[in-house]
Amino acid sequence: MSLINITIDGRPVQVPPGTTILEAARKAGVKIPTLCYLEELSVIGACRLCLVQVEGARTLVAACVAQAGEGMVVHTNTPAVRQARRVNLELILSNHPRECLTCLRNTNCELQRLAAELGVDQVRFEGEMSPYGVDDSSPALVRDPRKCVLCRRCVAVCSEVQGVSAIAVQERGFDTVVAPAFLAPLGEVSCVNCGQCSLVCPTAAIHERDQTAEVWAALADPEKHVVVQTAPAVRVSVGEMFGLEPGSIVTGKLVAALRRLGFDRVFDTDFAADLTIMEEANEFIHRLQNGGPLPLITSCSPGWIKFIEHFYPQLLPNLSTCKSPQQMFGALAKTYYAQRAGIDPAKIFVVSIMPCTAKKFEARRPEMRASGYWDVDVVLTTRELGRMIKQAGFDFASLPEEDYDEPLGISTGAGAIFGATGGVMEAALRTAYELLTGATLLSLDFEEVRGLKGIKEAVVGVNGCEVRVAVANGLDNARKVLDTVINGEKEYHFIEIMACPGGCIGGGGQPIPTNRETRARRVAAIYQVDRQLPLRKSHENPAVQALYREFLGKPSGHKSHELLHTHYTPRERF
Amino acid sequence: MAVTCQCGGERTRKLEALLDRYRGQPQALIQVLHQAQEIYGYLPREVLKKVSLALNVPLSQVYGVVSFYSFFTIHPKGRHRISVCKGTACYVRGAEQLLEHLREELRIKPGETTADGEFSLEVVRCLGACGLGPVIMVDEDVHARVMPERIPDILSAYRS
Repeated sequence: MSLINITIDGRPVQVPPGTTILEAARKAGVKIPTLCYLEELSVIGACRLCLVQVEGARTLVAACVAQAGEGMVVHTNTPAVRQARRVNLELILSNHPRECLTCLRNTNCELQRLAAELGVDQVRFEGEMSPYGVDDSSPALVRDPRKCVLCRRCVAVCSEVQGVSAIAVQERGFDTVVAPAFLAPLGEVSCVNCGQCSLVCPTAAIHERDQTAEVWAALADPEKHVVVQTAPAVRVSVGEMFGLEPGSIVTGKLVAALRRLGFDRVFDTDFAADLTIMEEANEFIHRLQNGGPLPLITSCSPGWIKFIEHFYPQLLPNLSTCKSPQQMFGALAKTYYAQRAGIDPAKIFVVSIMPCTAKKFEARRPEMRASGYWDVDVVLTTRELGRMIKQAGFDFASLPEEDYDEPLGISTGAGAIFGATGGVMEAALRTAYELLTGATLLSLDFEEVRGLKGIKEAVVGVNGCEVRVAVANGLDNARKVLDTVINGEKEYHFIEIMACPGGCIGGGGQPIPTNRETRARRVAAIYQVDRQLPLRKSHENPAVQALYREFLGKPSGHKSHELLHTHYTPRERF
Repeated sequence: MAVTCQCGGERTRKLEALLDRYRGQPQALIQVLHQAQEIYGYLPREVLKKVSLALNVPLSQVYGVVSFYSFFTIHPKGRHRISVCKGTACYVRGAEQLLEHLREELRIKPGETTADGEFSLEVVRCLGACGLGPVIMVDEDVHARVMPERIPDILSAYRS
């Protein structure tokens, strides 16, 4: 295919046919501002901030949608271009509440940054403001249509990536609003709380429910024994909140920060992930040997759980009955740990640090009171923890490396890889293989299930049988896998599904930006954590072994069922 | 008022036949909504859910289309339909104030129906009676040069 020659700001560039001016400019190292543009997902040319001048064209054109043509001469930095972009941004700002100082996204807002970069020094248009109020009906996410710039990026993610379409563009003209059908509250529709919308929102029009105040209050309460658990994905992402490179492994600093914030014990969800594997691998073997129901489908991702309850209730018997690691941890913190430490469980306050907004919903499911109390009291996202650390004034990057507390802080590499797509499958295979064969695995690395591809498949030979597995990340990919199972096209024994692209490292509660590059670097970091740990199989975790010996008995035993397993609720489609 | 679905019998059968004809065809959304509104006189919530399932279009997007086009309505029409002309001539002769009075009198916004199901209110552009402005139509009757004080009398003539 012959290349197209185009000149951008005097620099010649060669690009394949079909390339947009924006892409060509990036190739030439020329920066063009964008707001509504979301690479590969939503390119609608709505915000008009990427306007450029093309010689011979009647008007300025939107670089994100206009394609490069042979011989085209483009100027991105003329007085007319700068003026037009600035006026367009001023118009967007004319009905935007200018509450930057008190906004959750202050200093991490694309609109704010653009206003600075484009040199908007006044807003001359005082217009009507949005007629819609804040929607805080969801336990996970808050919608603030007043701050919405109608870029539609959230709508694109919810529909294209997640296949949920809880929100869409409603009404018309000045009344246009991104909302569920009938303008219903988000908490009352089939939103799965994955929070991918909050990751792509350029402003604070949709964001996590901030619960930092509840945690500050618990930490300040001398009557409370406050314990914290950290999800696998947080240790490879929270550093980004403090300017560290994406994929920086900051496990020790994270522990140190939590201790300095005042948590009485700093534990690790990775421990509970190892425990999950013990229960789930046993469940898998049981189903394999006793006629199903197969495929067994993983149950760690709460966005995925709500999704299947709404959209595929007929497959609920296939779900693993294992609670997620977060909830297993909570149930044990207020029973096993309370007993061991001699602390009244009523005084224990469990905080989770999760890469996930849906975990907030999961923690409030009525069945999550196995200990007799809420097993998990408050779930904070990575972003909320980052804000707490900033409020406390720590210089995160220079904190020392500290270790988790025992016993619920001891974990293996298998627990760590829960944070990436394919990780739960790989961890389960490491254990199930050795339990089934009695042999030691030669290689622990199941490469076929790793990586950011949306759907992955592998066949694992166990005792002369072929175990067929599939891994999906992103709920639209989950849909595709489930449909092939339902229509009989594919037969699997075991399926792992994580709601978010890339798995938990790309979770809706992770630092912003979370994009293809940051996901890839966080995934690489997760497998590095795994490689560097002395133990890499869940069944070799000594703390888990002790837990069974001292407290639970055996995997899938009576006490496990009481504390570590759960049931699901079919939900309305809409 | 609460939107109650008046599904049942003849209309349900017609709707099912319509949905069968377009099952699995998302591109047919607008014509299906048109015909569904013809069947019911408006688009009840339950009907929109059925349309969403049959055509495989998410409900949020179905509602997006319904709320975009002013032709579609999710409110059942009242026994009497009041149209207020806001064409240029009527507008300059006080249609806005007239509409304001009607809203207060009926306690509904344009596009809605009173709680007792008696009246529905809508805004139209030019009824072709510019010389008589401001004009309202109640069902097939044209009321000319309507002053706000006359509204209670006009309405009471229609109340059942």
